[in-house]
Amino acid sequence: MTERAVAEGTERPAPNRWQVGRLVERRVETRSAQTLVLEVPDWPGHLPGQHVDLRLTAPDGYQAARSYSIAGPVVDGPAGPRIEVTVQRVPDGEVSPYLIDVFGVGDPVEVRGPLGGWFIWRPEQTAPVQLLGGGSGVVPLMAMIRARRVAGSKVPFRLLYSVRTPADLIYGDELRRRARDDFGLDVAYVYTREAPEGWRGEPHRIGLADVNTHGWPPDLEPLTYVCGPTGFVETVADLLVGLGHPSRRVKTERFGPTG
Amino acid sequence: MGIVSPGFQGRPRSQEPTLPPGQYLTEDFPVLSAGPTPRVSLDTWEFVISVENGTERRWSWQELMALPQETPTVDIHCVTRWSKLGTTWQGVSLDTLLDGVDTGAHYALAHSYGGYTTNVPLDDLRGGRAWVAHTFDGKPLAPEHGGPARLLVPHLYFWKSAKWVRGIRLKTMDQPGFWETAGYHDYGDPWREQRYQGD
Repeated sequence: MTERAVAEGTERPAPNRWQVGRLVERRVETRSAQTLVLEVPDWPGHLPGQHVDLRLTAPDGYQAARSYSIAGPVVDGPAGPRIEVTVQRVPDGEVSPYLIDVFGVGDPVEVRGPLGGWFIWRPEQTAPVQLLGGGSGVVPLMAMIRARRVAGSKVPFRLLYSVRTPADLIYGDELRRRARDDFGLDVAYVYTREAPEGWRGEPHRIGLADVNTHGWPPDLEPLTYVCGPTGFVETVADLLVGLGHPSRRVKTERFGPTG
Repeated sequence: MGIVSPGFQGRPRSQEPTLPPGQYLTEDFPVLSAGPTPRVSLDTWEFVISVENGTERRWSWQELMALPQETPTVDIHCVTRWSKLGTTWQGVSLDTLLDGVDTGAHYALAHSYGGYTTNVPLDDLRGGRAWVAHTFDGKPLAPEHGGPARLLVPHLYFWKSAKWVRGIRLKTMDQPGFWETAGYHDYGDPWREQRYQGD
């Protein structure tokens, strides 16, 4: 990757400030993940793949902030723009248990964003896209899938989604529906602990055969986005490079133990 | 102080060590990179200082190892808010590498195998505050953490400590690097919470 390629592939956003958003809706996705719909009056808009910082303040002034991927395009609410984030509970975490268990509809939260100018997909891009997500790493990839639909893009998309069990699938129903209705979108799954009935194969960690079967070949020059826990991203990115995908076309986002 | 979040207490804080604002302590060593991990052979590895007048100084792996080694124990702070205290490294001080380099430049642009770049004022690489580090916790630095060698500039957010470092270019004008071009702060002082442009 040359410096020039980096400069062309990145977005230099305007400086942005903390503002107050409000929770207007929450949706249960899995036993450990929920989608929070936040109304953010001065939201400037964002690109799929970008994230947002949420900041909490305790009565004594102590603050804790964490980054969350934005899950889809802006939604118009009656009182202004709304954005969605999907929060996965981190056991012993400081912020995610609050957002899932305590944060109530109508409550305020400080919001800063959009952030991140690298792991983004632009709907006007024409290269085939391969998305590889592990666990809640599917969230920014889903933002791209939803943005593709909203933009009416015909770019071929393939999502390979690695998850422990069928019950851990985030956006499971919507992905089934979109794989049926969104022309040019293929969705495949890898189950690491427990597979649903009728799924071909045994539960396993993602490997070369999965990436080779469900991704695009390098000669189609796809853009690739990989998001998930560190081990998943390291494995998948190494496989992709081994298959001949140039490093500069493989964008990665890893999440560690943030709470 | 921001708006109080109803019902939010945060972690117990009495026993927390002093961290830069907005940071929390981790015992793990998280990995954050924008792309696949480059694999760099020691046979072809080199570190190059290019000076603004066009001259270059370069070291092979063997030459780097033959230089005086230091073993800094430092705290590191990632812009994604984790901090790790008391990490132990081994490497060569930038003071050693810059010794005898004749330059009027005020800026350095570190560049890496794989194409990553980040800018640091040259003064911040001097005075015993920056190293080319190749060993972490007594073992060769793992590729996902930037091995065989990374820049170590612990007084700035960790994205300035370029992984897989290949060299620095001395510049009379500041030139933003990879994350700086993507909206991160040009300097990145964790104690002043300089995370993004405008902070």
